Amino acid sequence: MKDYFRTNGQVMGWGLLLAVGFWVILLIVLPQISMLDFSFRNNLPPPEMGGPKDVYKIANYKYLVFGAPGNEDGYNRVDLLVFLRTLLAAAAVTIFDLVLCYPIAYFLGQSPGGGFTRVLVLLLIIPYWINEILRAFAFRIIFGDTGVINEFMMLFGLIDRPIDFIRENIALYAGLGYAYILLMIFPMYNVIESLDRNQIEAARDMGASWWMIHRRIVIPFAKPGISSGCTMVFMLSAGALAAPQILGGPSSLWFTQLIYQWFNTGGNWTQGSAYAVVLLLTCIVIVLAVMRLFKVNMGDIGK
Amino acid sequence: MRSQSLLIRIGVAFYLVLFFSYLLGPLILMSITGFNSSSFPQVTPWEVLSFEWFSVLYNDDRIINGLKNSVIVGFFTVILSLIMGLAGALMLTQIWRKLRSTFYTVIIAPILVPGVVIGISTLVFWDRINVMLGLSDDSFLHNGIVLTVLGQSTFIASYCMLVFVARLQRYDTGLSEAALDLGATHVQTFRKIQLPFLMPAIGSAAVLAFLASFENYNTTTFTFQKYPTLTIELVQKVRYGINPSISVLAFIIVSLTIFFALVHEVRTRRAQLAVANGAPVGAVSGGGKLTNVFAGNPAAVVLALFIATALAVFAYAQVYDPEPAKAVLLKKKRADQQKRIKALQERLRQQRLREQMSGPKALKPPKKSLTPFGNVFAPKNLNQVGGKRKPEPVSKKKRKSPFPSPFGNVFAPTNLDKVGGGKNKQPGAGRTTREKRTKRKHRSPFGNVFDPGNLKKVQPGK
Amino acid sequence: MSAGVGVDLQDMWIKFGDYVAVRDANVNIAGGEFFSFLGGSGCGKTTILRAVSGFLEPAEGKVLIGGQDMAGKGPNERPTALIFQNLALFPLMKVWENITFSMEVRGASKAERQKRADELLDMIALPDQRDKYPSELSGGQKQRVAIARALCAQPDVLLLDEPLSALYLKLRQHMRTELREIQQRVGITFIYITHDQGEALTMSDSVAVMRTAVIDQIADGRSIYDDPATSFVASFVGENNMFGGKVKSIADGQVIIETNRTGTLRARLSGTCKTPLKVGDKAMMFIRPETFKIADQKDDASDTQITAHVRHSEFEGQSYNVFLESYRLLEDADGKEIKMALTNRGEARLYEPGTEMTLQYEAAQAVALPAGAVATE
Repeated sequence: MKDYFRTNGQVMGWGLLLAVGFWVILLIVLPQISMLDFSFRNNLPPPEMGGPKDVYKIANYKYLVFGAPGNEDGYNRVDLLVFLRTLLAAAAVTIFDLVLCYPIAYFLGQSPGGGFTRVLVLLLIIPYWINEILRAFAFRIIFGDTGVINEFMMLFGLIDRPIDFIRENIALYAGLGYAYILLMIFPMYNVIESLDRNQIEAARDMGASWWMIHRRIVIPFAKPGISSGCTMVFMLSAGALAAPQILGGPSSLWFTQLIYQWFNTGGNWTQGSAYAVVLLLTCIVIVLAVMRLFKVNMGDIGK
Repeated sequence: MRSQSLLIRIGVAFYLVLFFSYLLGPLILMSITGFNSSSFPQVTPWEVLSFEWFSVLYNDDRIINGLKNSVIVGFFTVILSLIMGLAGALMLTQIWRKLRSTFYTVIIAPILVPGVVIGISTLVFWDRINVMLGLSDDSFLHNGIVLTVLGQSTFIASYCMLVFVARLQRYDTGLSEAALDLGATHVQTFRKIQLPFLMPAIGSAAVLAFLASFENYNTTTFTFQKYPTLTIELVQKVRYGINPSISVLAFIIVSLTIFFALVHEVRTRRAQLAVANGAPVGAVSGGGKLTNVFAGNPAAVVLALFIATALAVFAYAQVYDPEPAKAVLLKKKRADQQKRIKALQERLRQQRLREQMSGPKALKPPKKSLTPFGNVFAPKNLNQVGGKRKPEPVSKKKRKSPFPSPFGNVFAPTNLDKVGGGKNKQPGAGRTTREKRTKRKHRSPFGNVFDPGNLKKVQPGK
Repeated sequence: MSAGVGVDLQDMWIKFGDYVAVRDANVNIAGGEFFSFLGGSGCGKTTILRAVSGFLEPAEGKVLIGGQDMAGKGPNERPTALIFQNLALFPLMKVWENITFSMEVRGASKAERQKRADELLDMIALPDQRDKYPSELSGGQKQRVAIARALCAQPDVLLLDEPLSALYLKLRQHMRTELREIQQRVGITFIYITHDQGEALTMSDSVAVMRTAVIDQIADGRSIYDDPATSFVASFVGENNMFGGKVKSIADGQVIIETNRTGTLRARLSGTCKTPLKVGDKAMMFIRPETFKIADQKDDASDTQITAHVRHSEFEGQSYNVFLESYRLLEDADGKEIKMALTNRGEARLYEPGTEMTLQYEAAQAVALPAGAVATE
């Protein structure tokens, strides 16, 4: 400890400690604990907090699974279904993105660099400087009844009436898939770029087919990139709020929208906190599972 | 083998084209809709080239207010995130080996945690502190700007830290030691030696932080209280009705982005060229002659063209007046309407003739609509089409209906567009039927709270 | 500049965890002296330098500068200036800003600093490089800027960490003289570390020879060369032919050693060795290549002659080097070649491999020391 102040001097030493302490303790750790704590409490108006009614219980969590007392279905079907569907949809979006982006990441990573590649990379990045909301709107417009897609298809006589993409949730999935392409590409691109081209040449020399080359050489090597890309896309999709609100049809309620409701119209912060904790825990579990499964660790997740 | 690789090449090219269409297409299309005079953003049918939505955007108070808040929040978030991120990066390099990976995990965690969770935890925590300290509801801990800055900085500082760590890896600690050895205090060493070295990283971290803050929604939506940012306002437009002013906003942002990307590319290229030609570092960061800017720098040419085009378009927009073209279009539409109505009336007449001849049994009029146009012409439905709230008062004021007619406001320019396209997708008209359907599905004691239709009624803030 | 300020290391130990980097160092450096630490890589000389400049605290013992205990004082509180091995010139500052950094730190005005920079630039003979950046300078120029920067801080003690190792031969030789001149002109104490004995010997008043955490000998250059205290010093400094064996007898400051491969030989006892030799001890005898002559006559009874076969010979410019191996080589695994260096005065020549030759030397010029660690390679 003495060494720390020796290396940094008094002023800098305390300054760094203060800044990092504020960040880690007051912004990262304590709020999460607070939210966790809140999730176990009753929804009380401020005067009653700390009073006799302020008891710890897991009622909020039970609600998620079982619904309100007296619920005839036995389980809170609605909310549970929403939860599951959110996860499944997020998984689907992740896979879609993976399949879509892998070729691009490979192409960029293995290309010899130079002007063309830089232009492509620039083209990749530019859409992401546009607001995520505006991008969702763009999708709403083109998938709408008078949107380009419907007009196009009617023009070619493929359909007679406009398809309600929004109702069918296609707009939402397309929008979600679109939103996180960059986050899927970049980790994979970074890893693939460091793959020695000679390995692939050698394999091709020995007569390996494209499929084999990817399966046995590229993919194992790119594992950290793939897993970090997938993790990010999955978590961002599961936790997305804007896209479902803008592009969602009536049957595609997202779990985050439920949480949002609890905090707004529902006015039940404790219940909302409980749901949020569930979301957080699910994300943690999934990240850990992926890390264990693919044998990568935290250090690999960095841009 | 040759033909196979050619096939592969074509396949790759095709895939690239498809991919980039998916990536860039929506934005390009959206930008185009900003120039269409129709009041719902669409590319087809294309009405009239118009720049009017730019002024609509400019006059939209909510958007301007949101923009202002976004900038304020962004500014403070950048400052806080840079400080915390830099402190974190410096600490990381010094901390004991054993603690290092735990520390790193904790600091990276905010990036992985869902934005909504960060927003909620920030809100809940500072509210509890507020209560514990006995402060009032209006205290600064409840201030939307403060909360949003705190919430956003939590994870934006992590991004900044990553940028700084990368840059610090290339730092020669000998430089700090030399400074100390020559008599500098630690603060002086930091200020005069490390900070200048980190400047490029600070620059890119600041830009990154600002952009991340500007476009953040998930976290901000819980913390903004009375200070909605631009993103919040935009999402609320889903309820209030979309008009091409958001397309215009997108277009402006796209153009700005391209502009800055080009500028950045030009500067990078110039630095690269200079270094390749053996020029020393100092000369490159200083000024350069204008004529040399273009040599070997394709991005600069593109940039110049871009600026020239923008200026030309801007000048054109000032003098261009869509009204005459619109008037022409209006006449055409009215003529079309007349024709269609006449045809309708003809069919109705024939239908009634048939009914009279075959008796009332054959009659099965659809419940809802008398005409194939549905209930559109019924006066009360006219204003529901655009969504619950009427479009911005400004545009209404500007366009008084010059056509008092028994068909109500049908032929007023604003409503013409809604007729053809607006009906089915606005949440307004269709909501009633959807609501009825979903009401049956969810029997919960909370009533209609969870109905998807009601979702959009959600009020902002607490 | 200040008058000479001395540096003393008292019973100093430096450890990194369990690893001992410097063991029980005791050094007294007089004010105004040019003092060198000489040793191979990893021997601890850099560590000592960092302890003196304040980047390390010794685990035991003291560092005194000008008689004052420096314990607890950071590098910015000590009257020392360090010239780093990689120079550590500030890349984003111009040359004159680099040089006057120590003044800037103390709040001197820009005008003052520019004036002083010009003076120093004249001293190091680089008046035109004022506004350049370090990346634009050559190795030698950077070296000089680093020296000027250190001197501008007006230290009492200047510490130099292998400053010439990155330069080519001619420049190194030139800089050696320059550094020595600067030191004598400016009069401050220089502590210089290097692995190059040529530098240590030509520039220093005193040299401390170090071997893995231990200082083997502190003396002036001549003593180190002619009168080494340990077998390590003898083998490390300069080139030395080494003959291992056992002490047969000792008399009048001279020793007779039964060597392993070259018969009985006579040598002088070292005057600086701390442990006296006894009969029967394992010993090593050292003879410099330049002290050999070709014997006029082979005398089997002589104990200052060695007969051997030429293995090869080479011409090195200033000398002809002849490499020989002794008869008993094959029976004994001692295998090292004997080197004889004949100064090139026009008469020496190359010799055929295989030629038998008898070498002659003076007993007083050969040194006998207790057997011990020797410098590798």
